[in-house]
Amino acid sequence: MIPAAAQPISVTRALTRSLLPVAVGLGLGLGLGQVVPTGTYAEKILFDIGINIILAVSLNLVNGFTGQFSMGHAGFMALGAYASIVVTYYGGFALFGDVGCHLNAQGYGLYFTSLVVGGLVAAAAGYLVGLPSLRLRGDYLAIVTLGFGEIIRVVLQVSYAVVEPEEMATVDWWERPLHLGKSLGFVHQGAYNSLSWTYAAVVLTLLCAYRLRESTHGRAFLSVRENEIAAEAVGIDTTRYKVNAFVLAAFFAGVAGALFGHQLGTGTAARPEEFNFMKSFEAIIMVVLGGMGSISGAALAAVTLTLLTELLRSVQDYRMVSYALLLILVMILRPEGLFGTRELWHFLRRRRP
Amino acid sequence: MVRTLWIYLGAMTFALGCKSNSTATDEIIIGEYGSMTGSEAVFGQSTHNGLSMAIDEVNAAGGLKGKKIRLVSYDDQGKTSEVGTAVTRLITSDHVHAIVGEVSSSLSIAGGQICQRHGVPMVTPSSTNPKVTEVGDYVFRICYIDPFQGYVMAKFVTDPQGPSGLGLKRVAILVDQRQAYSQGLSRDFETALIKAGGNVVVKSSYQGGDQDFSAQLTQIKGANPEAIYIPGYYTDVANIAKQVRGIGIAQSVPLLGGDGWESVQEIGGPAIDGAYYSNHFAPEDTHAEVQSFVTKYKAKYGKTPDSLAALGYDAGMLLREAIQRAPSLDRAAIRDAIAATRDFQGVTGKTSLDEHRNARKPAVVLRINAAAKTATYMTTIAP
Repeated sequence: MIPAAAQPISVTRALTRSLLPVAVGLGLGLGLGQVVPTGTYAEKILFDIGINIILAVSLNLVNGFTGQFSMGHAGFMALGAYASIVVTYYGGFALFGDVGCHLNAQGYGLYFTSLVVGGLVAAAAGYLVGLPSLRLRGDYLAIVTLGFGEIIRVVLQVSYAVVEPEEMATVDWWERPLHLGKSLGFVHQGAYNSLSWTYAAVVLTLLCAYRLRESTHGRAFLSVRENEIAAEAVGIDTTRYKVNAFVLAAFFAGVAGALFGHQLGTGTAARPEEFNFMKSFEAIIMVVLGGMGSISGAALAAVTLTLLTELLRSVQDYRMVSYALLLILVMILRPEGLFGTRELWHFLRRRRP
Repeated sequence: MVRTLWIYLGAMTFALGCKSNSTATDEIIIGEYGSMTGSEAVFGQSTHNGLSMAIDEVNAAGGLKGKKIRLVSYDDQGKTSEVGTAVTRLITSDHVHAIVGEVSSSLSIAGGQICQRHGVPMVTPSSTNPKVTEVGDYVFRICYIDPFQGYVMAKFVTDPQGPSGLGLKRVAILVDQRQAYSQGLSRDFETALIKAGGNVVVKSSYQGGDQDFSAQLTQIKGANPEAIYIPGYYTDVANIAKQVRGIGIAQSVPLLGGDGWESVQEIGGPAIDGAYYSNHFAPEDTHAEVQSFVTKYKAKYGKTPDSLAALGYDAGMLLREAIQRAPSLDRAAIRDAIAATRDFQGVTGKTSLDEHRNARKPAVVLRINAAAKTATYMTTIAP
C-alpha cells in the first residue's frame, strides 16, 4: 500500500486515479438497480444487504479503525431515518401539496436532499455525543453510547402523532418536525428508495472508508487503536480523531437510516422500536465477525449474515438458534474475525507469483 | 484461500438458487407471517395454531374447490424489515393466493403495504389499530378496531352496577409509551369515557419491559381513582398488578384492560384477581360453534384457546368461505369475495366487513379469577 516512490504524476493521471473508481463504482451501483426487477424477493434481500453493508462499514470506522467500542449505531440510524422522512414528508408537502412519492426530477432532488440531511443530523448528534463521551474508554464509552441510542428511541416515542395531509393547515410548519408519530412512526412516507440509490450509497461508503484509511487521518485513527499513549506522544490529538471517526460513522449510519426509512413497501420501517439496541448489536456482530478494521471483511460479513438469516428461514423455529451457533463457532475458530485486519485482495494477491 | 472464496460464493449462489419456484395448480396456497420468536411470540404462535387447525380441518373435509390448501408460514421476529422480506417472499417466490397478517398493528401496516402493491389480499386476524386497513383496498381485518374497544370498556365502567357495568366514574390511565397499540387505545378509551360521563383523574406512562412502576403508581394513588385502565401487554400488566397492590391501592379498585391482556391470568397471581378486560372471545361462551372449537383445540394442542387462536382460526375459515364464493382463484376475485363477507359466523362472533374493510362485531368483557387462573365471561357489548 505504500507508494513506490514519491515522484510527481501528471494531473490527468491523478484525476483518473481518484475519480475512476468513483465513476466505475457508481456505474455498477446504479446499474444494479436497472438489472434487478422491482418488487421481487431478490430486490428486497439486496436492499437489506446494501443497508447492512453501510452500517457495518461505517461502524467499522469507530470500532475497527479507531478501536473504540460504540454501541449506539442504531440511534444514529434512527436520527437519519426520521430527519430524512421529515424532509420528504413535511418538505414534500410544502413542495408538492401532498405527501406521496413523486418520481420526477424534483422528487429525486428532494430525496437526495433528505439523504444528506439525514446524514448531517446524525453527524451533528455524533459530534454532540462524541465530544464529552470519547474522553471515556472501553466499557464506559460502550455504556454511554448504548444509553444514547436508547434515549433517541424513547424521545421518538413521546413525539406527537404524524400530521395527516388534511390537517397540515392546523399545525405551524416549524412545529411539524415534532410530529413524528409516537411509537407507530410514519406510515405513508413516499417510497423513494431503490436499489440504485442504495448501492450508490454503498459504493460511496466503501470508497470513503478505503480512501480514509490510506490517508493521514486514517493513519491517525489506526494509531489511536494500536496505542493511545504512543499516538499522543507523537503529537496526535487522540480525542479529536476519535470524535472525527465518530462523526463520520454517524453520518453514514444516518444515510443508511434514511435509505431504510424510504424503502418500498415498508412504511413503518421508521418506528422507534425498529432502532432498539438489538439493531446496534447486529451491526457490531457484523464488524466483529468480518474482522475489526477490515473494510471488505465488514462488508462481506454484512452480506453473509443477511443471506444467512434468509437461508435459515426454512428451519423456522431453530433459525435464531442456528444463527447463534454459527457465530459462536466462528468466534472459536477465528477469534480475530474472518479477515482480521486484512482485506479481501490481500488473500488474492498472495497466490500470484 | 482463493478456493475457499470460490466455495463460499458457489455455496451462496447455489443456496439462493434452490428456492422452489414451481406454481402448483392443484393447491391453494395461504401465506402467513407472524412473530413466532421475539417478545410477542406467544401471540404469533397462538395465531399460527388456530390458523393451521382451520386449514387442517378444511383439508380433512376434502379441501376447497377440489384442491388442498397449503399453509406457508414465516417468522418475522417482530421486526419491520423482516416483515418486508417474509411478505415479499410469500408473494413472489411462494405465489400465495392470500395472506394472513400480523397481530401487531405496525407490522400489519408494513406487510399490508407490500400486499397492496402486489395486489394480494391480506386478512389480519387481530390488528386493532384503525390505520391498518387504511393502507388500501386489499387489506382486511376480522377483529374490531381500537375506538370500539375503548368504547366497550368506557361503557362497562360507567354503566350502572351489575353484570354489565361497574358504575364508576373516576379512572386513572397507565399507558405503555413503547406500543402504538397502547397509545391509541388509551386515547380512544379516554374519549369514550368522557362522552359517557366519567373522567380521567390522572394519566401516567411507562416503557414496556420496565420493572419498577412505583413512581407512576404513587402518582395514581394520590389521585384516588375508582378504577385503573392499563391498555398494555400482559407481561407488563402482571408486573404492574403486583405493584399496584403492594403500594397500598385497595383490592376494591379494579384494574381494567384491553385484548393485550390475553393470558395475563396465567402469570398475574392473586394481584390480578377481580380485574376486567375487553376481549374478542370467551372460551366459556355456550354457543355450539365456540364449544366445539374449544374442544377440538384442547384435543390438538392440550390447552384452552386464547382469543388470538380463535381469531387465527376465524381468519382461516373466513378465507375458506370467501375463496369458495369467489368465481376464480384470481387474487382480485378473492379480494372481492372477502370484501363481500356478510354475517360470517365464526367462533369470535358474527362478522361482517364494512366499506372500510373493518369487521363489525361484538366484544366481550371478562373478569379474572386468579385462583382458578381463568377469565369469566361478564357481558357482550355490541357495536
